[in-house]
Amino acid sequence: MSRATGSAGAAPAGQTIRVNGAARPLLPADAGMTLLRWLREREFLTGTKNGCEIGACGACTVLVGGRPVRACKTTVTDVAGDVVTIEGMERPDGSLHPLQQAFVDVGAIQCGFCTPGMVLAAQALLASKPEPSRLEIRRALQGNLCRCTGYQQIVDAVEHAARFMRDNGGIESPGCTQDETEGTTG
Amino acid sequence: MSTTIREKAFRNDAVAKVTGRAVFADDVSYAGMLHMAPVYADYVAARDVRVDVSAALDVPGCRRVLTAADVPGATHYGQIERDYPILITDTIRTWGDVVALTLGDTRDAAIEAAARVTVTATEETPILTVEEALDPYARVIPTWSDSNVVVHHRLRRGDPDAAFAECELIVEEEFRTPVVEQAYLEPESAVCVPRTDGVIEVYGSMQHPFSTRRFVASLLGESLANIEVHGVAVGGGFGGKDDTAAAVCARAALGALITGRPVKLTYAREWSIRESYKRHPYILKYKVGVTSEGRVAAVKAEMFADSGAYLSVTPWVTWRSTAQCFGPYAVDNVCADVYGVATNNGFNGAMRGFGAPQVNFAVESIMDIIAGRLKIHPLGLRRINMVKQGSTTVTGQVLDDHTVSIEEVMNRVVHEVGFRKKYEECSFGTPSETDSDALYGIGLSISYRGSSLGAEGMDFCSAIVNGQFDGSLILETGIHENGQGSESVMTLVLAEQLGCSLKRIRYRRSSTSTIPDSGTTVATRGTILGGSAVVVAAREFRQLLSTSLATRLRCKPEEVRFHEDRIWGTTFDASLTWAEAMKELYLQRITPFAFGTYQAPDVSWDDTTGQGNAYFTYVYSCQAAEVQVSRKSGNVKLLNVVAAHDVGRAINRAMVMGQMYGGITQGAGMTLMEEVHRDGGRIRELNYNRYRIPRALDVPDMHGIIVENHDPKSLTGAKGIGEPALELIAPAIANAVHNATGIRCNSIPIKIDPEELP
Repeated sequence: MSRATGSAGAAPAGQTIRVNGAARPLLPADAGMTLLRWLREREFLTGTKNGCEIGACGACTVLVGGRPVRACKTTVTDVAGDVVTIEGMERPDGSLHPLQQAFVDVGAIQCGFCTPGMVLAAQALLASKPEPSRLEIRRALQGNLCRCTGYQQIVDAVEHAARFMRDNGGIESPGCTQDETEGTTG
Repeated sequence: MSTTIREKAFRNDAVAKVTGRAVFADDVSYAGMLHMAPVYADYVAARDVRVDVSAALDVPGCRRVLTAADVPGATHYGQIERDYPILITDTIRTWGDVVALTLGDTRDAAIEAAARVTVTATEETPILTVEEALDPYARVIPTWSDSNVVVHHRLRRGDPDAAFAECELIVEEEFRTPVVEQAYLEPESAVCVPRTDGVIEVYGSMQHPFSTRRFVASLLGESLANIEVHGVAVGGGFGGKDDTAAAVCARAALGALITGRPVKLTYAREWSIRESYKRHPYILKYKVGVTSEGRVAAVKAEMFADSGAYLSVTPWVTWRSTAQCFGPYAVDNVCADVYGVATNNGFNGAMRGFGAPQVNFAVESIMDIIAGRLKIHPLGLRRINMVKQGSTTVTGQVLDDHTVSIEEVMNRVVHEVGFRKKYEECSFGTPSETDSDALYGIGLSISYRGSSLGAEGMDFCSAIVNGQFDGSLILETGIHENGQGSESVMTLVLAEQLGCSLKRIRYRRSSTSTIPDSGTTVATRGTILGGSAVVVAAREFRQLLSTSLATRLRCKPEEVRFHEDRIWGTTFDASLTWAEAMKELYLQRITPFAFGTYQAPDVSWDDTTGQGNAYFTYVYSCQAAEVQVSRKSGNVKLLNVVAAHDVGRAINRAMVMGQMYGGITQGAGMTLMEEVHRDGGRIRELNYNRYRIPRALDVPDMHGIIVENHDPKSLTGAKGIGEPALELIAPAIANAVHNATGIRCNSIPIKIDPEELP
């Protein structure tokens, strides 16, 4: 696992973080950078969106160690755990994760700007609670703003995905295609 | 209540958006790209503005600072009046005005440089209310007008004064609606690239590429042909990504023109909220006269919309308020005056609903007030007064050329929600059985909405069908994808017209240089105008194919049929695959290409009387809301919403439902929590921590009902749903709150003081 360092300190030489299953180096110049900017500007993983930059909208939600975090409020050198972004949700064969497929099928997508954060927040929910009620789904998505959909079809999508995954052999953890026991620091 | 998987949605962009691959403007990067930041001055109203950029240029990484002196074209632009400063010259009229633009190697450098620009000016006392602005001695804010009244629409019908004398009941009420931020989740962003041939290419987050192109060309002093605006994925607009978003594109284009480098300008949320236009707040004063039988005999209405410092589309917004000034009711005696008034409060422009939500809030509240006073059931009062087939509207338009379905949609909602029974169970007027904290109420509202622009302006749209040698098809239209799913609707329409598989069609997002200007993607006109244009192009395309393939198919051209993804003659064995058909055309040296333009049917308007055929068709809507009001806190909780809309025809059902849920949720935000406040002209809520929009727990599961009476003037039968979905939930909630508490809220967002509760 990555070692947490003070956000003011420079990234120690050789520090890496694991993103979507691959170890990625941190450069000294990355110290103090938010995970959001690092993902978008250094790694070109632009699926993580910037909607407010103060942790209020949830568009930059990514998973760190399986838990949803606001990438705009996280310093990259402080990341302790494997990072999964929306780009890491697809299955190794390139097909959509059941959650993604459900968003597509029920029409949970309009402008798409909140979608990556919504999918990841939903993934974190289903990993800990495979049979959530609609109210529990709404609670889990409370930190993610959507201005287009009124949330209803997003809740539908999460419900459908949960059912599909229960019927088809459990929850898949995305973004961990390499050996998960392997350490990520140098 | 949840969507079934059988109603699978179709979206051509869904996979890109659910995988993070969709490219939004800020996701675009070029080598050697410079970054831009805007410079604001902390003035609300000031003259003799002087800008000192020397300290900014000392910031490491700052390349250049641009001011109005660097603008080769016009510093000001606007869709109606050219009064909106892309860069300030010498006068600041709002807190969001931009005085300079910094260009840096990085965004951080540009932002740091922006902080070092110093501005001096002679401060003026800002005019911050409509009342102050209307004072005859008030400073006149616009340069082009001799008064702060920037527009005045009139509607004159019958003789209201004489009719009031005959009325049993006269109700006089005043209403107020808030300033609302569109709150698209993606802030404005643009990347502009100078092309080697001199063209400036624009990749921007904007609703209307053609409108944006006019802004850019004007600032740069270039011809329209020298600016090519490309659409990228847009993270929501709701009317809000026109003027300001276009200004953002124009500023980045100015940087690209002057430096010869690609330039990116991505707004922080705080800049976006500070600078962008909002929904007009209205003050609405109504006097309504009713006969003892419950017939509304006379209406006098006076409305004041705060236009802010710049005109933007205020005349069009207020025109819709005029044409729809008394909801879906037939009234013979009406006098309405609707004013747009300039202030120093930012500026207000388009937002989903566009002058209708404010009016509907007033009118549908008044209908319940009248019902209460006359002790008539609110449904009965509406039935007496609503427009019916062949009715004449307040603008003198006879509704006889499409299905007038207001009663049908109301009946559907009443039945679905169980209105009559629940109305009897409302807490207000019912002796409290328990000491429960919760008060219950249900309320309802109805509306009609003129489709598309109406008499606001020219209304046409183009589409291109481009057949390929292998049987695949490329489709383009002049309607822009803002997230609403327009590209998917256009693709579905073409597939239906050509009887072909969806997989055969690739929708190409057109640029402003590849298709004729088709107007803006506004006014719920995408499906009705764009869909009809696709039908026109598809008919041309079928005609071309029928003529060319008839001999091969051993039939007459008029007998050629398109279905099951093949092209057929009259006999079972005579058919061609699309690839065979396209090859045949090529062999005949016929290009399988069709261009179609749909021109909206004529409308009419007389400015002096406000009479005319305002719109060529109307969408009819009804929404009911159930609420629970807490005795302890006064909090209003939305328990259920049932909505029915006659959309003409639903082309993509899941997306129609999505528009309903999303529109209702935005409308509920305006009703219960959203309001932009200004302290001395400076906005208090600059980000989502303070500007609260509905979250997942703030809205219940809703029930949408699609009513389909195909519209004869729409070539697909479809009308639209974007704005109707939002425009009538506020009065439904306000009526429900009244029926729960006895408190009538004439002002939104609704705030209930628990002290006043029974």
